Amino acid sequence: MNVVLDNAGDIALAFIYTLSLFVVAGVLSLIFGALLAAARVGPVAVLRKAAAVYVTLIRNTPLLIVIIFFRFAGPKIGLTFSFVDIRVADIRLNNLYAACAVGLVVYTSSFVCEALRSGINAVPLGQAEAARAIGLPFGGVMSQVIMPQAMRHALPPLASVQIALLKNTTVCGALGVFEAFARMRGLTNDFASARTEIFLAFALIFVVLVEVLSFVAYRLERRWRIV
Amino acid sequence: MSTAPQEEISAGRGEPLVVLDGVNKWFGDLHVLQDINLTVNRGEVVVVIGPSGSGKSTLCRAINRLETIDRGTITLDGKPLPQEGKELANLRAEVGMVFQSFNLFAHKTIRENVTLGPIKVRKVAKATAEAKAAELLDRVGIGHQADKYPAQLSGGQQQRVAIARALAMEPKVMLFDEPTSALDPEMIKEVLDVMVDLAEQGMTMVVVTHEMGFARTAADRVLFMADGAVVEENTPEEFFTNPQSERAKDFLGKILKH
Repeated sequence: MNVVLDNAGDIALAFIYTLSLFVVAGVLSLIFGALLAAARVGPVAVLRKAAAVYVTLIRNTPLLIVIIFFRFAGPKIGLTFSFVDIRVADIRLNNLYAACAVGLVVYTSSFVCEALRSGINAVPLGQAEAARAIGLPFGGVMSQVIMPQAMRHALPPLASVQIALLKNTTVCGALGVFEAFARMRGLTNDFASARTEIFLAFALIFVVLVEVLSFVAYRLERRWRIV
Repeated sequence: MSTAPQEEISAGRGEPLVVLDGVNKWFGDLHVLQDINLTVNRGEVVVVIGPSGSGKSTLCRAINRLETIDRGTITLDGKPLPQEGKELANLRAEVGMVFQSFNLFAHKTIRENVTLGPIKVRKVAKATAEAKAAELLDRVGIGHQADKYPAQLSGGQQQRVAIARALAMEPKVMLFDEPTSALDPEMIKEVLDVMVDLAEQGMTMVVVTHEMGFARTAADRVLFMADGAVVEENTPEEFFTNPQSERAKDFLGKILKH
């Protein structure tokens, strides 16, 4: 247990990377996923097809491959993310971090899109008809009437997608971001005799973080319930 | 079919507002709208009746292009219905629609339901839209329930809100697609009362309904549809007392016996 406490500062720093990846990728994947979902149910055939192809392609690809693509293949085709270099105290967000974050966004968006689409399908058709009947254009119908209701219906699957994202950030630890998984691997190497404690400590922290996330989702579900 | 009385009515009213010319629509092999010609003049109340599946709802929905048509033209105030996009949205803002299943926005309060269109489409200031909403809700008798959500209201109340929501856009014409068919008998009256008021105030209305009482009191003209075609068109008085076609006689015989 001492090993964990002695390295509490490093572990905390590692989880800040984990959480920052989660927040950045979480917010961006919700936005991009919502746009994808809108494209999939929208009136423009080309966009519908493109979004469907995107989802099929990305959702069927393992996350590790998606991230490795942006980490190693990306630079070959000009996606270097070298413009990203943010320092806040001990935190440094560089091009590797950006490549991993983009990989997470690209991957998670396909799941967000499908979760939202299930929510959209749960909104009665009459809601869209009524919204169109008062003269709202497609964007207004989606943003004012369909998406707010679809979000409520999609909240449980969306929460699962975001929980998976939080845990998926560990993949970035294998690719140069010093987040929780990378730090855990470092500690288990340095303190081989305390491996069990180290594993348990990291697992416990993840359990707590996910539990917080589930709680937030549950509260939102309660608050947004359509009376 | 007698056309003379209908021309008299048309002559006494305003200019043609909604004009359907040779409108045809198919659902696959089913010819749901067959050569529909209809002119609704400003201030006129046209009631469309007919058996289920006669195409009357489809006709109503075609007027604001919730249903597309395969052939023919529909014009509103002299302008043909646009195909899609912004133009179509603008047109729909001019046409109020009331649905059988109310379709109030479930996640918005009654007030928000009524102000959404004015604020987002007409770009009216929020305070102005809310004042107008309060006035309209008072008019339909829901003024004190503006902060509730649709699910907290009875069906009849929801439908009256739906009428207020449509009126908030100050439409040129109101379409009612079986507005009372999903209501308990005792709630039907409260909705019909609002509609009768509206008709008396000179609103142009196209009403698809099974409420023969409403047709008798409020309609200027009755359109009887069967199997996708307009079979008979007349004043309510003439239509109910002296139907011309066998189909209409049969239909009225069935519904008026109870």
